[in-house]
Amino acid sequence: MYEGMIAKTVSFRGHKGDVGEAYYARPLGAGPWPGVVLIHHMPGWDEWIKEATRKLAYHGFATISPHLYFREGPGSPDDVGARTRAAGGVADEQVIGDVAGCMEFLRAQPYANGKIGVIGFCSGGRHTYLVACSLPGIDAAVDCWGGNVIVDDPKQLNAKRPVAPIDLTDKLHCPLLGLFGNDDENPNRDQVNRTEAVLKKLGKTYEFHRYDGAGHAFFNVMRPAYRAEQALDGWSKVIAFYGKHLATPAAARAA
Amino acid sequence: MCSYIVEKAKLIGSAKGANGWMRIDTANVYYDHPFHAPLDHALGIDFINEAEGARERVAVELSAQSARELVEKILAALATGEIEHGKAARHAAAAVAAE
Repeated sequence: MYEGMIAKTVSFRGHKGDVGEAYYARPLGAGPWPGVVLIHHMPGWDEWIKEATRKLAYHGFATISPHLYFREGPGSPDDVGARTRAAGGVADEQVIGDVAGCMEFLRAQPYANGKIGVIGFCSGGRHTYLVACSLPGIDAAVDCWGGNVIVDDPKQLNAKRPVAPIDLTDKLHCPLLGLFGNDDENPNRDQVNRTEAVLKKLGKTYEFHRYDGAGHAFFNVMRPAYRAEQALDGWSKVIAFYGKHLATPAAARAA
Repeated sequence: MCSYIVEKAKLIGSAKGANGWMRIDTANVYYDHPFHAPLDHALGIDFINEAEGARERVAVELSAQSARELVEKILAALATGEIEHGKAARHAAAAVAAE
């Protein structure tokens, strides 16, 4: 069986029409392929994020990962990330606009099947929860250990992050998959339980999976936090969830 | 952590980066996920010149334990160095007085 994909940097039009760069990987072939927006973690648009983007393409999803810190460029992703951190991070409103722009990019592709998923890691997990409660047109969202969905310290709310995502849960309009390590401190077990309680109370469609022996970022093969067994199971949950809600790609592989 | 918490230290000095030496006026200090170090969390320090726009930085990512040891060594080096240079300064002053 022939397999192939293309992975490259592309431009997208984000919040307020700003043009930024994104990493884009898609299966070769006519499709149709579902689309996924992959939201990077706090350290930024790094090698592992691009690896994760290609992994989803391998499984049959045209996946775009916007460089959310591009406005602080030019520069290498780590330097740009450092400037963004010093500036207090990116504003929620801006992230929502950038993700909306990436969704437009995906929809405009001739091989798109019209379905769109979102996935994010770490701060990107929080962003995923946020956009799933803020943007129409998302068919499935995956929050991987997003911290600060629940905000216990009001000092963490500011002009850039004015609302705790948990308070937007009534506006969640798509199925949500949550993956968490039981040894994580942000979000900790209690916060994950409280998030689930809100989803349940509001009658939302969701599935949460908690992993023993794993902490934050247990998918990340470039960190000591990597846990092979839990990560393999977690990725299989992601692929199955998207297969169910974004229409199963043929043979589930790039062809 | 995903915290965005940054401690800013105002300072006077220079740092050598990719483009050679530069004057620096600030150190941004944080403890969070590193970009490069093979650690889950690291103490990051970015030496920058904020007055000139902070477009360039000299960066380190250290384990928590090494950061603490570094703090001790910095203080130790300052303590011994200041004593030695204090002696040197006194000797120089004495030599000048003897002439």
